[in-house]
Amino acid sequence: MDLFEYQARDLFESHNIPVLAGAVATTADEAAQAAEVMGGRVVVKAQVKIGGRGKAGGVKVAENAADAKEKASAILGMDIKGHIVHKVMIAQAAPIAEEYYMAILLDRANRNFLVMASVAGGMEIEEVAHTQPEKLARVGIDPNVGISSELALEIVRQGQFPSSVENDVADVLLKLWAAFVAEDATLMEINPLVKTDDGRIIALDGKVTLDDSADFRHPDHEALVDSSAANPLEAAAKAKGLNYVKLSGEVGIIGNGAGLVMSTLDVVAYAGEKYGVKPANFLDIGGGASAEVMANGLSIILGDPEVKSVFVNVFGGITACDAVAHGIVQALAMLGDKATKPIVVRLDGNSVLEGRRILNEAAHPLVQQLDTMDSAAAKAAELAAK
Amino acid sequence: MAIFINENSKVIVQGMTGSEGTKHTRRMIASGTNIVGGVTPGKGGQSVEIEGKTLPVFNSVSEAVAATGANASVVFVPPKFAKAAVIDAIDAALPLVVVITEGIPVHDSAAFYAYAKSKGTTQLVGPNCPGLISPGKSNLGIIPADITGPGRIGLVSKSGTLTYQMMYELRDFGFSTAVGIGGDPIIGTTHIDCLRAFQDDPDTDAIVMIGEIGGDAEERAAAFIAEYVTKPVVGYVAGFTAPEGKTMGHAGAIVSGSSGTAAAKKEALEAAGVAVGKTPSETAALMRKILQG
Repeated sequence: MDLFEYQARDLFESHNIPVLAGAVATTADEAAQAAEVMGGRVVVKAQVKIGGRGKAGGVKVAENAADAKEKASAILGMDIKGHIVHKVMIAQAAPIAEEYYMAILLDRANRNFLVMASVAGGMEIEEVAHTQPEKLARVGIDPNVGISSELALEIVRQGQFPSSVENDVADVLLKLWAAFVAEDATLMEINPLVKTDDGRIIALDGKVTLDDSADFRHPDHEALVDSSAANPLEAAAKAKGLNYVKLSGEVGIIGNGAGLVMSTLDVVAYAGEKYGVKPANFLDIGGGASAEVMANGLSIILGDPEVKSVFVNVFGGITACDAVAHGIVQALAMLGDKATKPIVVRLDGNSVLEGRRILNEAAHPLVQQLDTMDSAAAKAAELAAK
Repeated sequence: MAIFINENSKVIVQGMTGSEGTKHTRRMIASGTNIVGGVTPGKGGQSVEIEGKTLPVFNSVSEAVAATGANASVVFVPPKFAKAAVIDAIDAALPLVVVITEGIPVHDSAAFYAYAKSKGTTQLVGPNCPGLISPGKSNLGIIPADITGPGRIGLVSKSGTLTYQMMYELRDFGFSTAVGIGGDPIIGTTHIDCLRAFQDDPDTDAIVMIGEIGGDAEERAAAFIAEYVTKPVVGYVAGFTAPEGKTMGHAGAIVSGSSGTAAAKKEALEAAGVAVGKTPSETAALMRKILQG
């Protein structure tokens, strides 16, 4: 889960990483109030989970509360690269002397964690890595060892921070590591980390990604979930424990196993080129799926008004094809007249003969079976085009 | 021969007394795997009857190894306790540990991977993987044993069901070993580890490599193939139509910006001389052509 900037700020603050005063607002009036409380100049910042908001006009300085109200009302509702701004953060303005960079992230290639720190901040770190690599420290961290005070200082020196700030920056790095571990993060980035005119080191903007798999030991993370952003179908699927991603197409897809479902999307997309149709969603019913899971999945897909046909593609490993077939029959019985879209089914693997027999005997007018993934995808695409 | 496992593999199941563990222990025994016991902390001294075999349960992996001579383990322990289970197996210096469990926090995987690496005596497969099978010899994990039999194709894949699909497409040829390495951001055994082992295995003639969006493992595998692998390799990459920034089922399957795309992976593989199919069936056809000359 990616956090909004204001959530990252609050999380940093709770781990004693120095931040400026900040408050979140969903209306222009709330923004004005927050600016009033803060006093003086503030920055009004669009809260969207995508880069480039400054260039898009989503970050504005406001001189006072009335100005903050005006700026907030201009920013709220903006569309930044497809992300609608529902919230702004009102942040205290700070006189910035220098901009630095610091991040800790999961390094998939080296299978450990990576610290990056640089005296050159405020821009994309890829650019620093490209143009001034000597100013960027990149140090792998053994998860079982962590970062000692000595290592923190060494990293800061490698990143060519001025000696006047190296102790303070190293201290931020130690706190950032503690937060990274405590929160089960896969990314914590401070960009920029600034030195103010009066010499303070402050995390001015932050990006945080938390590991959803660790939610079981972080009940507090649930409050960070942005329910406004979830598509209603995605929310409904999540409530049923289904792995669903809404896409913009016409062929509803249900399969078992993430790899096979991704592959199914591709095969349908290729088959759909001829008809101008695309996959409508990703839905993985997982390994060992029961009839009930299948029925839940089918109900979600059939509830998507954009879906014109459905392709159920199952290779039974642990999942038994007879359970899948029962699920389809049950879902259709439950939905009754509300089910109006054709369903193409391809079953293979565990208990395939039994699964095919169940569907043949049910002989539901909306259901047809095909033997291969390719032929079934082509049929589903053709039916969606009608 | 086969890679990583063979008829001499003596296997314990961590989490054998749980429902998933019991179910899959039964399936593994039925497919010929030599299961010699299980580990469930707190249940040591008990024994369970599975598939006509009486299997002893131990409190720790080292006890199990001392009593049975096990040299491999399959882990079905739930995410909360998986890290402790894997550390237990590494402490017992078990040569092969296959972690089936899905949903292990990545900080836990990072910790046990680093621990295994520092000890240098345990090869990890997974987590979040279907395991591996050398048909007719041994089956560690949840890959169905009845899809196909022994043969001379080696297969490595991040995805379970795509492994099954590909084994099914090429069932008339059979496989030396099929390895599902898992879809998590941190995994123990990589595409490269399997490619090296298949290249070195005299009983493998050709290799199928299946990848998916996210990370750059396929790109690194391509570089390795160019440098080391002389056997024919065909490839498949899933997720051409995946949108940016959305996790597609597997925790590691995500396109971030322009990195991790299927197109980039296909391009890298083709540059290394790998024939890449657009679909599983096309990929199987490419392999068929190679094997039939």
